[in-house]
Amino acid sequence: MGLIQIGKKHERDGDLGIMTLSLEKVVNWARKGSLWPMTFGLACCAIEMIAAVSSRYDIDRYGAGVFRGSPRQSDVMIVAGTVCRRMAPVIRKIYDQMPEPKYVISMGSCATSGNIYDSYPVVQGVDRFVPVDIYVPGCPPTPEALFDGILKLQDQIMQKRVFTKQPDEVKPSAGRIIV
Amino acid sequence: MHPLAESLQARFPQAVVSVYEWRGDVAVTITRDQVHEVCRYLREDPKMDFDYMVHVSSVDWPDDEERFEVVWEVYSIRHRHRIRIKARVPEQDCFVDSMVDLWRGAEFMEREVFDMMGIRFNNHPDLRRILMPDEYDEGWPLRKDFPLQGKGWRDTFDFLNEGTT
Repeated sequence: MGLIQIGKKHERDGDLGIMTLSLEKVVNWARKGSLWPMTFGLACCAIEMIAAVSSRYDIDRYGAGVFRGSPRQSDVMIVAGTVCRRMAPVIRKIYDQMPEPKYVISMGSCATSGNIYDSYPVVQGVDRFVPVDIYVPGCPPTPEALFDGILKLQDQIMQKRVFTKQPDEVKPSAGRIIV
Repeated sequence: MHPLAESLQARFPQAVVSVYEWRGDVAVTITRDQVHEVCRYLREDPKMDFDYMVHVSSVDWPDDEERFEVVWEVYSIRHRHRIRIKARVPEQDCFVDSMVDLWRGAEFMEREVFDMMGIRFNNHPDLRRILMPDEYDEGWPLRKDFPLQGKGWRDTFDFLNEGTT
């Protein structure tokens, strides 16, 4: 169904079995449809993330339900919760171990800005040491808010260029999307 | 007075500094030199038989002459009574006897007190930081004169530069 949405029906012969579209769009479509998240709950936001996975909300509807225990098998890291400075090297290492293309969702106020925890061990936003694609606000965000973030991320993925070389500086912080 | 405090007072008249009681909970302040001796009595005497170390914590009273206060809370599972033992520690000579030889459960909790407040424990088997990293050098975060936002550690990410050179 997604293919029909992104493609254009072949106009000349009217054959419904054939459509023309760019290869880039197919690749992006395939990528956005199977976003495997990294299991990465740090605090109470993880509870909402777990709720989003389970049957009532069912994150699998967006193809993002296959939570992996290994960064080497995952596409998106959902940083759910307060980031302590002692955890920061671990998060960076996990991020570095994820294969490209990789995305980061900063879930909740703590991961985004530190929230009220303006104190000595709390990092004031996970974007200080990993590039973040999507910021999901809330304390904690509802599962619907997380879904909105995932849908925004999918929109972002559809805009990506696949076959042109990306600059080494992976994600510019200017291109932030705040849902 | 609470019977537990009374028996401590009778047995260690020099050691007991003050007794505080509130709604059935009793807290006894002991001089720093004798706190281990008193605790040994609480641990080993069959009438006391405090076999469970509930909690070790510390308090910072910045205006007091003896600035810190270490608090041990112990409980007897058999007799179902509890008592809080306190000892005052001055800032310059920041030592107090460890209770690990009496209650093994005190080990990590005394490490936490050391980590957060900088109070050192004599005869502790493994006195290292426990919550903060070993190389943390900004001081003792729970002291009242420690800045809430720390001294810059939370904003330095030295691991980002590793491997790029």
